[in-house]
Amino acid sequence: MHASFTALATIAAAVLTAVSAHAQQPVKIGVVMSFSGQFADPGAQIDNGIKLYMKQNGDTVAGRKIELIRKDSGGVAPDVAKRLSQEVIVRDGAEILAGYDLTPNALAAADVSAQAKKFMVNMNAATSVITTKSPYMVRTSFTVFQLNEALGAWAYRNGVRKVYTLVSDFGPGHDGEAAFHKGFKDAGGEIIGQARYPVANLDFTAFLQRAKDANPDGIYIWVPGGPQPAAIGKAIAERGIDKSKVKIMGQGELTYEDALKSMGDAGLGLITAFHYDYYHQSAKNKAFVQAYNAEFKRNPDMFSAGGYDGMHVIYEALKKTGGKTDGDALVAAAKGMAWESPRGMMSIDPETRDVIQTVYIRRVEKVGGALVNVEFDKIDNVKDPWKARMPK
Amino acid sequence: MITSAFGVLFDGFAYGMLLFLLSVGLSVTLGMMNFVNLAHCTFGMIGGYVTVTLMNNLGWPFLATLPLAFAAAAIASVAFERTMFRRLYRASDLDQCLLTIGLVFVSVAAAAWFYGTIQQPVNLPSYLRGSFTLVGVTLGVYRLFLIGMSLVVLLALVLALEYTRFGMQVRAAVDNQRMARGLGINVDGAFAITFALGSGLAGLGGALAIDIVGLDPSFALAYLVYVLIVVSVGGLGSIGGSFAAATLLGISDTAGKYYFPQIGSFLIYLVMVGLLLWRPTGLFGRR
Repeated sequence: MHASFTALATIAAAVLTAVSAHAQQPVKIGVVMSFSGQFADPGAQIDNGIKLYMKQNGDTVAGRKIELIRKDSGGVAPDVAKRLSQEVIVRDGAEILAGYDLTPNALAAADVSAQAKKFMVNMNAATSVITTKSPYMVRTSFTVFQLNEALGAWAYRNGVRKVYTLVSDFGPGHDGEAAFHKGFKDAGGEIIGQARYPVANLDFTAFLQRAKDANPDGIYIWVPGGPQPAAIGKAIAERGIDKSKVKIMGQGELTYEDALKSMGDAGLGLITAFHYDYYHQSAKNKAFVQAYNAEFKRNPDMFSAGGYDGMHVIYEALKKTGGKTDGDALVAAAKGMAWESPRGMMSIDPETRDVIQTVYIRRVEKVGGALVNVEFDKIDNVKDPWKARMPK
Repeated sequence: MITSAFGVLFDGFAYGMLLFLLSVGLSVTLGMMNFVNLAHCTFGMIGGYVTVTLMNNLGWPFLATLPLAFAAAAIASVAFERTMFRRLYRASDLDQCLLTIGLVFVSVAAAAWFYGTIQQPVNLPSYLRGSFTLVGVTLGVYRLFLIGMSLVVLLALVLALEYTRFGMQVRAAVDNQRMARGLGINVDGAFAITFALGSGLAGLGGALAIDIVGLDPSFALAYLVYVLIVVSVGGLGSIGGSFAAATLLGISDTAGKYYFPQIGSFLIYLVMVGLLLWRPTGLFGRR
């Protein structure tokens, strides 16, 4: 009797200690993405977004300190991403998962989030299906379908009738192609030719000559970042494709900052659909870019925006739960959350936990001697159309 | 139909000339010393970065940077050759591969360290940009320039190897190294100069390639496959062979992508397999 009472008291004391310690204990967030290898630069930009948000908003939320545990998945490595996500939860005691730059990695880690019931913020990976793999996941980047289906419909509304499509021959490229075709054909447009170029293609002349010879009034291109956008932009100019007669359209990567620098004036007139650019005109974004420049000596990009807004979701959700970190409470707090981001108004879809945001249609123009993406049209509150079509 | 065929021939030829500049040096050094230098494209990358640095940081005009791209790659290659490569001349092919592919990885990491993994911008002077139309065929000005440069290099190489004393020594060393040594030819010296020349040409090719394919740290690896294809199809040690192989591969690659975009990227490999089945030592190879 006496012994069991002592045991009970000890347990009670331990529980009490745990509860009181709970208030001061830091919230550990496992940030899993590529800090090295081919995708090190996007990883660095996501991380910059995270750092800037924490600098501006302090590192304490609802009385608890935020502690990041960074893990390097080193590129396309779903097995590594999964293992690191497990480790960071089991060994390091992380209560939230964040980061995830690449689709295969995010898909693999989604299982971990679902089984461990941990809140997961996907800050970049853009394949539609990812968020369906864990009921505890939200996304703060974009989906390929969201941007490109909107672009397809926009193209038809703006007088384009016959399009030739040229996409990179791998998953996201196929998604971009399917999304644009869907948006454009549903509106009434006609795809008069299509080609997929090899992932490691270097010289684009032949592909663009063929596109030009098909006589379209629009050419759609899906290209990942890296060296190809500049090569494509230059080849378009060199082929003598007249952009006033043939609209060249693509996802924002086609005209990202470095690509435009390499393209020079060859980039003028390219039209892209995207959700964020440092040149976006709003007071919020001007302040964001200024702070970002001061901190990191470079401009933010879509990766930075994903990291920055991802941290916003984590902070606001923690405020709502009063510092409680169980997956159900956090994901419930994140559902339907709406706020003004540097990219404009955005929200988390309460049904799909995916991002709802404005898709901007931009044209490359010369402003003050530099080439920038000037927004000239926009489509508000775009949901991921792929999930909207999924049987409920 | 006819005009598009001419267009494809022209673009493919220009692309082939780029491959020729990048690979001719490797062909000669491989044929001469049997040294498997997988780091050849690293010298191309050095040339590219020299051009980019001179243009963007020091404001040099594009054409003026080309001789420096050549010289920098040549000097770097001699430094490598003197300190590392020469130790492995008598080693097995595997040892040579391991050393040189290791160098490729080191160079990729070094370039990423100094320049970042981003694309390096290069803005050509306006007289090299754009295109003009000749009887219905769109000809890119820069491609024309590329072809001109390559033909000059080809001519200079052929003349130097066929009609100079140094050229005779090099040919003798390629044909029969032991006999050449026995006759008192300084094979090592000839090799060092040839090696520098070949790497310098790769540097020139790297500088010229930026506008068409871009430049980032992966350059040293991305082009390796194409360069090896050109060398094996052309035949070791043959300048004419490299020229023919580069032309053939450039045109078949471009034609494949234009006429059969679904399988276009495989055509270059099909052509290679076919040619090597027909002539296992390459078009002009002797060994």
